[in-house]
Amino acid sequence: MAAVTLLEARGLQRHFGGIPAVDGVDLTLRAGEIHALIGPNGAGKTTLVSLLSGRITPQAGRILFAGEDITALPAHRRVAKGIAYTFQITSIYPRLTVFDNVALALRDSRDLPRAVGAALARTGLQALAGETAGELSYGHQRLLELTMGLALKPRLLILDEPTQGLANEDIAGFKALVRSLVPETTVLLIEHNMEVVMDLADRITVLNFGRSLASGTPAEVRANADVQAAYLGGDDAEA
Amino acid sequence: MFDPYFLLALLEGTVTAAILALTAVGLSLVFGVMRVVNVAHGEFLMLGAVVAWYVATFVPGPPLMTWAAALVIAPLVVGGVAALADRLVLRRLNYEAEGTIVATIGLMYILQQAVLTGFGPGARAVEPPFDWMIDTPWFGYSGYKLAVVGLAALVLGAVWLFMTRSRAGLVMRATQIDRDMARAFGINVDRVYALVFALGAGLAALAAVLLVPVQQAHYLMGHDPMLMAFTVVIIGGLGSVRGTLIAALLIGLSDGVISFYWSPLLAKILATLFVALVLVFRPQGLFGERA
Amino acid sequence: MNRALALHLIVVAALAAGIFLLPVYHATNLARIMVLAVFAMGYNLAFGYTGLLSLGHAMFFAAGMYAAGLGITLGGWPAGLALLAGPLAGGALALAAGALALRTAGVSFMIVTLMLAQAGYLTILYYTPITRGEEGFVLAQGLRRIGAFDLSQDLNRGLFALGLFTAGLLLSLALVRARFGRIMVAMRENEERSRMLGYNPFTVKLAVMGISGAYAGAAGAAYALLFGSVGASFGAIAFSILPLLWVLLGGAGTTLGPLLGAGLMFYLTDIASSYTSAHQFVVGAALLVLVLFAPRGILGALRERGLKWLP
Repeated sequence: MAAVTLLEARGLQRHFGGIPAVDGVDLTLRAGEIHALIGPNGAGKTTLVSLLSGRITPQAGRILFAGEDITALPAHRRVAKGIAYTFQITSIYPRLTVFDNVALALRDSRDLPRAVGAALARTGLQALAGETAGELSYGHQRLLELTMGLALKPRLLILDEPTQGLANEDIAGFKALVRSLVPETTVLLIEHNMEVVMDLADRITVLNFGRSLASGTPAEVRANADVQAAYLGGDDAEA
Repeated sequence: MFDPYFLLALLEGTVTAAILALTAVGLSLVFGVMRVVNVAHGEFLMLGAVVAWYVATFVPGPPLMTWAAALVIAPLVVGGVAALADRLVLRRLNYEAEGTIVATIGLMYILQQAVLTGFGPGARAVEPPFDWMIDTPWFGYSGYKLAVVGLAALVLGAVWLFMTRSRAGLVMRATQIDRDMARAFGINVDRVYALVFALGAGLAALAAVLLVPVQQAHYLMGHDPMLMAFTVVIIGGLGSVRGTLIAALLIGLSDGVISFYWSPLLAKILATLFVALVLVFRPQGLFGERA
Repeated sequence: MNRALALHLIVVAALAAGIFLLPVYHATNLARIMVLAVFAMGYNLAFGYTGLLSLGHAMFFAAGMYAAGLGITLGGWPAGLALLAGPLAGGALALAAGALALRTAGVSFMIVTLMLAQAGYLTILYYTPITRGEEGFVLAQGLRRIGAFDLSQDLNRGLFALGLFTAGLLLSLALVRARFGRIMVAMRENEERSRMLGYNPFTVKLAVMGISGAYAGAAGAAYALLFGSVGASFGAIAFSILPLLWVLLGGAGTTLGPLLGAGLMFYLTDIASSYTSAHQFVVGAALLVLVLFAPRGILGALRERGLKWLP
């Protein structure tokens, strides 16, 4: 299969008060893949995806999306281009109804009830449309956040620790859902749960101290000596 | 060419700056520690002037004595009112930014109305505590006004010492940096806030006692100082006491000079626009460090 | 959904009945309340729905008022043109002020709008030879007619105020029910999330400022023509606080709250001033009580307690 590149980042750099959070990272996302971004806490994962989604601007480097240079585009323009971001810390409209939350994410406002219903059905939340979003359980709020990301019909969906705080039975459903998204949608996944990563990811990029340590298939990454030393088998391995 | 009127304008500007610095430091302290924008700050100044008038009128004794009494009584009374307002209103709002602004606007109207009802709509003068003129070759200048500058400098120095050297000042600064952390270290944050709010109001009242022999007490007199103090605090950098002092000097002097040669109204328009622009393009103030 | 529209039409019908049936004193009050409610509705779109707490809306009201008033006295415009100039002047000034102030948020936004409005007010005073400053000027009766329709006449005044109010009310109802209305609320509730859903917060908020300023300008121009008086006091800080108070009282983010708040406050101060001169006290106390005990206002509280369909 000839791999088409959807997103390409070259030499991305971002310092905070002199401390490099992302220090010259290259990243290539192939269209239709599930790509996992892993690394110890503080490795720069969230900063990297914030650079990609436009929430912060890079101090050096370039980002190409579908062949177009988007480095200087503000976040909302990138969303319009098809890059959706779901927050690590759930960010919904807690005082609005679930219906309104999803309606805000839809580009096309014709026949809203049907479109919102369809979006909610994908994540199984259709029964909760009338509820106030802030009163949902934590797991349902995470799912709502995901629903909003999907309702944008993105070409690239960035998920920042989506399974954090989810119960085990919810995780199975989540995995099935993410699998159903490809190849129409490309998924970039930050994840701490290695089981989820190894199960879902086509390819993995490992970050450490703001640099890209390795990139490849799960098997390649697992076999990589640097990764084993720094992360998988190292002292600061994740639980 | 030396212009004696320029010297006069500078002198007047210095007096304005001194009063302004006292008023603005109070506002800045309250914003710095509590993150509260106190729109009623000018009314605390007005209240101080009114208390000073009552003290000067009803306490027997020579003007110097009653004025000295007002210097003590007015800040205490006004500080008490402020502590009460903190307890009854601001604390209940949990110091939430927008709510406290709306509430202090309400407080502003209530204080104005209370004084209008009790004190009346007229402007009332207070006799200066002493009455000597300093002669220059070109004009005579009120010695009292120069004393105002000296006293204001003294009080500001005391405030600075209090904030940097005393334990209470340390506690206030700790609360400013991190309210939750301060609470975790056993600091009674509620009491600190009440104290800071009272201190800020007390400084405005002190400025009023200094001001009232020069400018009469009137129920609407707080309006202009409130806006001027905002100007100073914003240009100096919100919450920075050092910046506030520099800005007070700058604004006071330029106000004196501009209103002397041009229209005072034009000076105010320019200052107000300047403040808005500073907030938009340099929110840390002209003298503050970027956060 | 149509319960809401029916309620709004009933309110308009009741106001119409008031104009025809009430004694002249109260009918004139009603006209004044409706014009002020237009000002408040514009404020509500910015503050209530979009979360923009402006302390400078008096400047947009005054812009409309002076555009109309000076257009007539200096420019010799007919009343109809002067009335059109109101919303244009208010909207344009609001866009300019918004372009500056919206670079800030929260407390800074409040202070910037306050300072800009204060600069506007002082500018009116600076040009006292033209604007007549605090004293203001009166528009002669003969200048206040559109064709044969004399706006200074009691019934006509009421009808014009009703027309303006109804247009403003239905427009704001349509706006908040439309997709744009949902986006306005989204800005108020969670700006960062809205940005990541592809909305540009700056342009959305700027558009709301423009609309809100146009409402204020329309109300200012109507006030000048219906009541014949133009003056600097309508540009003072106090006149920026009043729409905030009305909206808080009636219910921020409810379409009918501005009318309710303006009407209640009008009669509250009217009644209070017949007993004491302490009308400022009423304003101050109302602000304190609302912010402490009823931050959602009357209609906001009703909506919370079951009337969820209230727009």
